[in-house]
Amino acid sequence: MEISVTINGTSHTHDVEPRTLLVHYIRDVVGLTGTNIGCDTSSCGACTIHVNGESVKSCTVFAVQADGEDLLTIEGLADGDTLHPMQESFRQCHALQCGYCTPGMVMAAVSYLNENPDPSEREVRLGLEGNLCRCTGYHNIVKAVLHCAAGGEQ
Amino acid sequence: MIPAAFDYVRAGSAAEAIATLADHGDEAKLLAGGHSLIPLMRFRLARPAVVVDIGRLEGLSYIRDEGDHVAVGALTRHRDVETSDLVAARAGLLGEVTSHVGDPQVRHRGTIGGAVAHGDPASDIPSALIALGATLVAAGPQGSREISVDDFFSGFLETALADDEMLTEVRIPAADGAPWGFEKFNRRAQDWAIVGVSAVVRAAGDVGVGLVNMHSTPVRAAAVESAVAGGASAAEAAEVAAEGCEPTEDLNASVEYRQHLARVLTRRALEAAGL
Repeated sequence: MEISVTINGTSHTHDVEPRTLLVHYIRDVVGLTGTNIGCDTSSCGACTIHVNGESVKSCTVFAVQADGEDLLTIEGLADGDTLHPMQESFRQCHALQCGYCTPGMVMAAVSYLNENPDPSEREVRLGLEGNLCRCTGYHNIVKAVLHCAAGGEQ
Repeated sequence: MIPAAFDYVRAGSAAEAIATLADHGDEAKLLAGGHSLIPLMRFRLARPAVVVDIGRLEGLSYIRDEGDHVAVGALTRHRDVETSDLVAARAGLLGEVTSHVGDPQVRHRGTIGGAVAHGDPASDIPSALIALGATLVAAGPQGSREISVDDFFSGFLETALADDEMLTEVRIPAADGAPWGFEKFNRRAQDWAIVGVSAVVRAAGDVGVGLVNMHSTPVRAAAVESAVAGGASAAEAAEVAAEGCEPTEDLNASVEYRQHLARVLTRRALEAAGL
């Protein structure tokens, strides 16, 4: 089936099998490999992208369901060489270790702050409950999200 | 894991979806948000030959005040239920329970109709619908019918919906100001409940209690409700929470542990509801 999606502002049209998962479409067909696959069971959040501005686990969506939608992946977050404030906060707060969960964490965090711009620490932890960091680096991840919510730069 | 191949039909209307279901019988499955169905398909526990995508249907995503009840369209996303002022005011238990489903990403996609039609005993939302005494509306080739939540869940992942029926609306009797409690016990964030309890106190001696993961279906704690009607305290009533339930044993919990959790969590939920 032919689908057309906008990813990071660029239109893409491809013929896909109905069973193609959105994450596989993004990585293998479009070639944007910043979105990672972790658990494959909609638990870990590594594959989190935005669909129409909201965080979604792209391993649990068929590509055909995204037909006509506006998608944002980690590659589309920065403005040229200028990191998105959330990416900059992750950098400043050392909010990554191995980095595997990071794209999903950042996308989930950006979506979360859109819904709750001034969260408490507990709210950040609950807001990121769909994302696992197997380095267990949660402390600095939460710190980075709070840093970003507070305006970023020191 | 890649799901088995299937034919994809994007329904343009509810009538078209129902007609497609009627053509294919139990070979077809409806796809709404996909957050119950797609995981099953990925594990190949479900291999529908035809997937009917109703996710784009207009007019089935709404939360309306209907006076004596709140009507929630089947395609209403969890996110919209958990943030609804109307739900908070008139069916607060449902809003709270919905906010505990999965995680934010799941709640951005998952729908109330999908969660209910999936018929999973480990799902949180059915427990709230049981406690609140909801009615479910199903549309089929012969028109619509109402099904009491007590007649809806018929077996593990099975419901009273016929192969050619589609859940269209959930009706929750207005429970303005009725205090409620929800307890969900799990070991990791976002996990399914090992056991969960929804409780609402409608009036003195009149409580509704629904249990998560205590039976092959979502189940009403009828013995607890009767005990409260007979004057029992929260602690006394909670002692019979596991009565009539046949919970399963898995890696997380033995049968005895689930029964224990049901009693403890029921007491806490009833107490939170002011009993």
